[in-house]
Amino acid sequence: MSFTFTPLGDQAIMIEAGNEITEEVQQQIRKAAALLEGRPPVWMVESIPAFTTIAVFYNPLAVLYDEAKSALEELLQHASEVPVPEPRIVEIPVCYGGEFGPDLEFVAQHNGLTAEEVVAIHSAGDYAVSMIGFAPGFPFISGMSEKIAAPRRESPRLRIPERTVGIAGIQTGVYPIETPGGWQLIGRTPLRLFRPEQEMPSLLKAGDTIKFRRISEQEYYEWEEHHDAEDS
Amino acid sequence: MLKILKGGMLTSVQDLGRYGFQKYGVIASGAMDPFAHRIANLLVGNHENAATLEISLAGPSIEFEEDAIIALCGGDLSPQLDGKECRMWRTLAVKKGCTLSFGAPKKGCRTYLAAAGGINVPEVMHSKSTYLRAAIGGFQGRALKTGDRVPLNPVDPKRAAALLKAANSGQEWQIPAIRYFNEPVVRIMKGRQFDLFDAQSQERVFSSQFTVGAHSDRMGYRLEGTPLSLNKAEELISEPVAFGSIQVPPDGNPIVLMADRQTTGGYPKIGQVASIDLPLISQLNPGDKIRFKEISLDEAQKRLIAQEQHIRQMKIGIDLKMEEWK
Repeated sequence: MSFTFTPLGDQAIMIEAGNEITEEVQQQIRKAAALLEGRPPVWMVESIPAFTTIAVFYNPLAVLYDEAKSALEELLQHASEVPVPEPRIVEIPVCYGGEFGPDLEFVAQHNGLTAEEVVAIHSAGDYAVSMIGFAPGFPFISGMSEKIAAPRRESPRLRIPERTVGIAGIQTGVYPIETPGGWQLIGRTPLRLFRPEQEMPSLLKAGDTIKFRRISEQEYYEWEEHHDAEDS
Repeated sequence: MLKILKGGMLTSVQDLGRYGFQKYGVIASGAMDPFAHRIANLLVGNHENAATLEISLAGPSIEFEEDAIIALCGGDLSPQLDGKECRMWRTLAVKKGCTLSFGAPKKGCRTYLAAAGGINVPEVMHSKSTYLRAAIGGFQGRALKTGDRVPLNPVDPKRAAALLKAANSGQEWQIPAIRYFNEPVVRIMKGRQFDLFDAQSQERVFSSQFTVGAHSDRMGYRLEGTPLSLNKAEELISEPVAFGSIQVPPDGNPIVLMADRQTTGGYPKIGQVASIDLPLISQLNPGDKIRFKEISLDEAQKRLIAQEQHIRQMKIGIDLKMEEWK
């Protein structure tokens, strides 16, 4: 499997591993990302991996398109030798329902389930982080069971608190910062997904495996206090 | 300290942007008109990436609580010092107690205020730019408002003396400013999905005029005109975008992605603005008109390099003047 290269304006190159979101294509992107992180060309400013593509931004004062492209082609020839990075497993504790998850009942009714069953299904699966985007630290997650799929709200909420866990269609996600949005809200995590003060400001990165673990309201508050104490 | 008497429409601290974290969904931010931002810094002896105040359209009112050396570059929003019109694109000396205010916008919509030493705010993720939605960076993660007191970094006294001479020299020296237009022709390269558009749209993007829509801001400029359409409706997979990517959502009205763009986008890109022409868009107001003209990647990079050489020469020129005045 090979990569194709096209310009993204005069300061970036788009590398494409395929035009469908398959496991193989995503693995190619992970390998490319790992190579770029491990052996970054000196002229590289940064890279952004997505589902089937990874953009490499460069400084045109240091390198022009053709040269950058050749260098990347050469670098990525080694992609086949790169082992697929072992996914990190990140556990995300979630307090489901109640004031944190006002739409849990809706999701249950929509699927002919009880709220309890929705929680059991949501917290049972292994989820893969395909990419981070849309908001700082926001994971695009695949792998949710269709049994708990639910349409977006007809009119979006103006304010969704940070760390809220939601469902939209067959996707599930966690809002890292307060934002408006139309997702069905089922719970909240005490974990901060966006941590601007840290060298790696996102709790998650593309390639991670997520496990949601159910916690009680009491555990939620204990966790939050513990973290507040750590932060201050 | 700069005492903010009135915040203005949107006054925020910016540098050249926050890079290296887009892979985590952290947007680049930074000055909308990087050219004006850089020249303003050079004129006061700062590093090009020092933090400036980006002032938009209805400007703020700022009292200087200390003597300062400043420069104002970018769009002409009728800047005044103590009510008297002041010049742009050159070094200015400001006395303690003096007030900087703005009148009616004459040309463009964004001015950069650089002060010798730079605006003193902490770096967040290697940048001083304000990231408004995440409420981080800049001055307390937000736009300036009445009552704020914004600190400046101290300046080396020798440097300050030279700058003061530069500011007070009667010589008619001024940096050759970039020209802004209300109806610019902006050079663009074909976008990654150019071929997905129908023949008419491929032709129209270069032949027709677009009007800057009301919902144009630091995130993106919405253009209105004869709608552009794809050969067939297609759902694309979200992919990374760049400053100046021209996306076309299903309504057919192009959006030019600007400094506060998200890191990825799912709409087809019909074009990509050449970096050298980004300032022309950043200075447009709703109602202004814009046309696009094609430029090759090769040419766009050549022009960018030529502009960088031009800026480097200006920097050398300014440094020489400073030496002279030392």
